[in-house]
Amino acid sequence: MQEQDVRMHVNGKQVSGKVETRTHLGDFLRQAAGLTGTHLGCEHGVCGACTVIVDGDAVRSCLMLAVQADNCEVITIEGIAQEDGSLHPLQEAFRNNHALQCGFCTAGMITSLYAFLTENPERNEEEIREAISGNICRCTGYQGIVLAAKEAASKMAKDRN
Amino acid sequence: MGVRQIGARVHRVEDDNLIRGEGKYLDDIQLPNMGYAAFLRSSMAHAKISITDTEAARTLDGVQAVFTYDTLPSSLVSKTQLETYPAPIIKQSMCPELLANDEVAHVGQAIAMVIANTRHVAEDACELIQVDYTPLTPVVDVIKAAKSDSQLTHSSLKDNIAASIETKFGDVETAFEECEDSIELSFKQHRGGCHSMECRGVLGDWQQQLGELTLYSSTQCPYLVRRMVSRQLGCPESSIRVIAPDVGGGFGPKAGYYPEEALIAIASKELRKPVKWTEDRREHFISTNQQRDQIWKLEVAFKKNGEITALKGHVTLDSGAFLNYGLLLSATTLMPLPGPYKIKNLHVTLDAVYTNTVSTSPVRGAGRPNAAYAMDRVIDAVARHLSIDPAEMRQINLVKNEDFPYQPGSKHRNGSMMTYDSGDYTGMLAMVKEMADYDGFRQEQQEARARGKYLGIGLACFIEDTGMGPYEGVNVRVDVTGNIIASTGATSQGQGHATVIAQVIAENLDIDISKIRVEAGDTGKFPHGIGAIGSRTGVNVGISANDAAIQVKNKALKLASILLEKPEDELELSDGAVRARSDSNQFITLADLALQLSPAVAGKLPEGFETAGLEAVSYQTTDYMPHSSGANIAKVEVDVVTGGIKILDYYVVHDCGRILNPMIVDGQIIGGVVHGIGNAMFEQMVYDDSGNPMTTNYGDYLLPLASEMPEIHVAHIETPSPANPMGLKGAGEGGTIPAIGAMINAIEDALTPFDAYIAKYPVTPEYILELVDGEKMAAE
Repeated sequence: MQEQDVRMHVNGKQVSGKVETRTHLGDFLRQAAGLTGTHLGCEHGVCGACTVIVDGDAVRSCLMLAVQADNCEVITIEGIAQEDGSLHPLQEAFRNNHALQCGFCTAGMITSLYAFLTENPERNEEEIREAISGNICRCTGYQGIVLAAKEAASKMAKDRN
Repeated sequence: MGVRQIGARVHRVEDDNLIRGEGKYLDDIQLPNMGYAAFLRSSMAHAKISITDTEAARTLDGVQAVFTYDTLPSSLVSKTQLETYPAPIIKQSMCPELLANDEVAHVGQAIAMVIANTRHVAEDACELIQVDYTPLTPVVDVIKAAKSDSQLTHSSLKDNIAASIETKFGDVETAFEECEDSIELSFKQHRGGCHSMECRGVLGDWQQQLGELTLYSSTQCPYLVRRMVSRQLGCPESSIRVIAPDVGGGFGPKAGYYPEEALIAIASKELRKPVKWTEDRREHFISTNQQRDQIWKLEVAFKKNGEITALKGHVTLDSGAFLNYGLLLSATTLMPLPGPYKIKNLHVTLDAVYTNTVSTSPVRGAGRPNAAYAMDRVIDAVARHLSIDPAEMRQINLVKNEDFPYQPGSKHRNGSMMTYDSGDYTGMLAMVKEMADYDGFRQEQQEARARGKYLGIGLACFIEDTGMGPYEGVNVRVDVTGNIIASTGATSQGQGHATVIAQVIAENLDIDISKIRVEAGDTGKFPHGIGAIGSRTGVNVGISANDAAIQVKNKALKLASILLEKPEDELELSDGAVRARSDSNQFITLADLALQLSPAVAGKLPEGFETAGLEAVSYQTTDYMPHSSGANIAKVEVDVVTGGIKILDYYVVHDCGRILNPMIVDGQIIGGVVHGIGNAMFEQMVYDDSGNPMTTNYGDYLLPLASEMPEIHVAHIETPSPANPMGLKGAGEGGTIPAIGAMINAIEDALTPFDAYIAKYPVTPEYILELVDGEKMAAE
């Protein structure tokens, strides 16, 4: 199997490795970079659990090859909190609103919402529900997640202004 | 005294790791020198097989081993999966061979296991294994399979009936002879699969020098896995430690014992190295247990005033290819009948029937959602026949408050009489009607119909037997740092058990919740356990944690009394120390008390203390099963042109007795309702006539999404259960159980002008159009 060198910035750090070209970004992040916070839920691009942020866009890491992310800026769930460990408003809001149960979809939910609300935090409930309609959660029924997103959005809007 | 914990909306202790991406799920565990497993699975639903070549796979670069039925070690007690729940009533028990020998019975059945340096290589090698299939006739339709002249789903069977069971009480025949009126109804229930966002997974780590196996599994029941793997391999239980790490959802199918758990243990032992298998999503669709079809035919007898006097009928339940979880699904389908309704004469029979499809076992609520659905469809059908409002019909037939404790006449699995311990069923009905403005909505519905808009409102009332014993133990220990360690057999898949256990202990010991560490899901940390099934954990660990904490408190006071030379009633435990009430400067910390009970430090145990350690274990049990209950209302709008259904609102009144953490309970209820909505509207596991699964990804198999879900309004009443000292009842499945009935009743209610009867679910847009057009055509 053909191998290729890749290097990318993940959560502000340089990560490089030699990968089989068929290795998707999710596997690369989990295995080569040891960032197991990104979860693989379906590996056909529907469940959204593996969502990471590549050059500012929310991307399904199971649908992107590691080699396609060469030289890219990647943020995973491990890079969402501040460097001093303090939580991002989304993370705090997820805890406050019981927006997670088993936690398996949580990384994808938070990264999807991070990209969506960073672009523009002034969003209504309908837009938020639409934004996470590509992320499946089996535990919560989404209600806590939507509440969390609304709480975080207003905090993010306030922080921005 | 400190802050009240029990009943408070305490944030979860589990969350910090999970929101940072620092959880540890099965596939996150990496051990040095680990091999990766992949399975070759049957591509045919029913066939004789012969493996003609494994050499190409064995010699592929990076492959470490290839296992087939023939090369499984002869030291195994059996090469066929042992029965998890054997019962004399099972007429023909079929469990799969760990790897198929010469016949396969469903697409997805494991035929060979490859261990390689990477998962990629293991999957490549699976493709190189040559299998000759000689097709046999697959039996896919459960009604056809149930017929005595059906083709067989396994060559070794006499017919396809796994077992026949019944529930019977009163005098059904006389009640029908004497009834004022009766109707018949039949319907098909379809419940899809588990679809926890984390698939299954197993990691075996055999330590040759110790003769010990550590088996990590994403299971709901590590003690069951330990017992079954021990029996399968013939290794003592004490040599096997099963650990359930963070588990990404369970919902029932992860409660079973699967061939892969034995196989990964075998591979690790044979290769003397760690071996990991992570199920992928397609495998989840074709190898993890599902729930699927039940076909119900019922006859109902009633009085003209709406009072139902008798119910009889038959259920045909699709068991799939194997009965690897016993009859739990069948039993929990019949046992809850007639639910919260007072029906004195009842006889329902059930056949559990094999088909050449994936095996079935409980999914959230097990058979209870099916039973609840049947009852709520019966109530609505009779209401419609008699032109009585469905809410009024429920009011007439519900068990009343003065009836508690109420014995419907049915028997529990253990043979005892089913007893509804407490509740306020009619009060909940009134409350949910008020919340949803039932009468106002009826008015709105009339007005909307005049404008060609079809609104519907659906009701469902249910009961749930919860808190199944005999126990889920908790050990509470104060360690020498003054921290509290609670170890338990309870295992969590996201329900927040650690938080609830910590709350109960924190309140009793008046200590900050951050000082409590909960250790669970590890057979090496606690000797006995059962697992997270049947809405039982909160009740069982709640009362055990409470009892153990009280024992620890009493022990601390007793010892402090000796050391401080004060009578116990002049002492109090607060904020990590026992203090004299009269002089708060006179105190001894829990850490020091723990040290005193550590013989290595003290030299001997203090007078009157027989056991070491400031700790206590408790295995409290409920006297009988506490019954949760609830009343739900769904409001929908049906577009009769497109067949689309919009869920407008959903209301829940729930009673799970005394609530330990309302935030967690609401989370369970709301998530459960959405699971039920998925069953009612979206989820469908489809097989073609040859037994090929047609829905093996989330493009084809639809799950509920945020964009379609309504706001779910939840309210509670708390009728404490007299069955246990804390008044607890279970809460894990009470969202799902009534939801399908509420939804289907609402959709049918919207279609009243078309006189539609919904005979199956999920209700797809195509089915709506069929119902609407059929009636239109009939009218023309």
